[in-house]
Amino acid sequence: MSLEEDIYKEIILDNYRSKKNRMRLEDADLHSEGANPSCGDDVELFIKLNGDTIEAVTYEGIGCSICCASANLLCESLRGRSLAEAQQIILQYRDMLLEDGEPEFAEEISDLEAMQGVKNYPVRIKCALLAWNTVRDMLQDSAGAGDNA
Amino acid sequence: MSTTQSSAAVGAQSAALDVSRIREDFPILKRTMNGKPFVYLDNGATSLKPQAVIDAEVGYYTELGANIHRGVYEFSEKASALYDQARNKVAGFIGARDPRQVVFTKSATESVNLIVYGWALKNIKPGDEICVSEIEHHANFVPWQMLAERCGATLRFIPMLPAEGTLDLSQLDQLINERTRVVAVTAMSNVTGYIPPVELILRRARAVGAITVVDGAQWVSHTAVDVESLDADFLVFSAHKMCGPTGVGVLYGRERLLEEMDPFLFGGDMVQRVRKEKTVFKQIPDKFEAGTPNIAGVIGFGSAIDYLLGVGMDAIHAHEQQLLAYALQEASSIDAIITYGPSDLLLRGGILSFNVGDAHPHDTGTILDEDGIAVRTGLHCAHPFMHALGIPGTTRASFYLYNNKQDVDRLIASVRRVAEIFA
Repeated sequence: MSLEEDIYKEIILDNYRSKKNRMRLEDADLHSEGANPSCGDDVELFIKLNGDTIEAVTYEGIGCSICCASANLLCESLRGRSLAEAQQIILQYRDMLLEDGEPEFAEEISDLEAMQGVKNYPVRIKCALLAWNTVRDMLQDSAGAGDNA
Repeated sequence: MSTTQSSAAVGAQSAALDVSRIREDFPILKRTMNGKPFVYLDNGATSLKPQAVIDAEVGYYTELGANIHRGVYEFSEKASALYDQARNKVAGFIGARDPRQVVFTKSATESVNLIVYGWALKNIKPGDEICVSEIEHHANFVPWQMLAERCGATLRFIPMLPAEGTLDLSQLDQLINERTRVVAVTAMSNVTGYIPPVELILRRARAVGAITVVDGAQWVSHTAVDVESLDADFLVFSAHKMCGPTGVGVLYGRERLLEEMDPFLFGGDMVQRVRKEKTVFKQIPDKFEAGTPNIAGVIGFGSAIDYLLGVGMDAIHAHEQQLLAYALQEASSIDAIITYGPSDLLLRGGILSFNVGDAHPHDTGTILDEDGIAVRTGLHCAHPFMHALGIPGTTRASFYLYNNKQDVDRLIASVRRVAEIFA
């Protein structure tokens, strides 16, 4: 176990630096903010829906490499998915980090497995979960709001 | 029981610190972290404790155990005496005329809150102004913000100059004016170690009749302090940042103001006479210390003061200045490093705040941790400061008497590793 093998590998650093999904979506249908006050990580997520499908998903914010890389991977892996598929991916991702779940991500989103090494650094798990918890809550809230409507 | 300091550091006052002997006094420095010899550079958050302080605290529990100021038996009287002696020691340490000016609280934060609840709430009126600086720790900012909201007062800020994190005093006469009732300012920034010209700010505050509050949490532990010449109305600081136990803070105050202040906690131990109709409080400082205090902590604090005086505050200050100069010199050889704070070292204490390339401070902290080095990363309870600089935080190495050049070398080597990973 070493930091270079577990965390600071190319996939994570590339996703940390990627600007591809790092923007506001002015016409977003869903928008939510999440923060880890102890470290100052702060992300905003934007989702544009087309019926039941996530047509676009972006993020903005400040955070460490783990936080931003995981947010970028989130955008990459949820874009084009149905809400049910998205919830499944979120569940798997959280299981991977919190429950020792062995990830079985589809080939095109297998980059998510790169985050598994964070598990060896317990204080950083919250960084890897910030965007994912935010999107989970956001989808749950919107589903709840839909039910009430 | 013994409250004398360990012998190792005594006699070091006249010469440069004998750091290797001092290190022997701090048992935790023998530990490893992540398999590496422990390098502790998070003194701005809290300091390590010498064996003498640990012994004093444990000694109270193993040899006395009694509550204070109430028992007539020997152990209670001894405990009371040690508690009271600690107050005398603290008063002597900061040059207070009278130990009654020293109130024990649980933290510097509580000390600020005691001023807010005991003095400010009944004295601040709508339209009054409170002046703080942009570089304050939340402990000396949020209580004043809450007070302003509650009383309809206006909060004003002495702005920070982003270049070196120093204060811009050019508008001081407008910022502190005839409406200003409180001026609260830090004596040393917990982010950069910057030491603002507090005397100048206090002089202006006195000229308009405002009360003055100095946050000494980072300052009192690192330099010789004389409250008489500082001429502040209040000074707050905490024991744990100066080799003492956690859970003990100090509020130093001018007698007249302390006497005029209301207690914040009511109950036992702070009362002179209790009748069903009316209660008469004790005099200062007892009226502020309701309930059983942190007896062991205060006694340990007394021992910490002995220890620091044995080493010598001027020698400690000079040692930290040397370490800072060395750290800055070594850091300058790393291209990717950006350091914060005044370039004039006379304006700062032993803190090196920095960022490395596009590595977030938390990434830097994780890599340093793996190398056995403890630093603080993030926003340092100074969000307005970071917003003013437009950065997501910093990594902060802060020095104390037991740090040495090897600690700096280990830090710099690890920072190089950060720079390589994030190249």
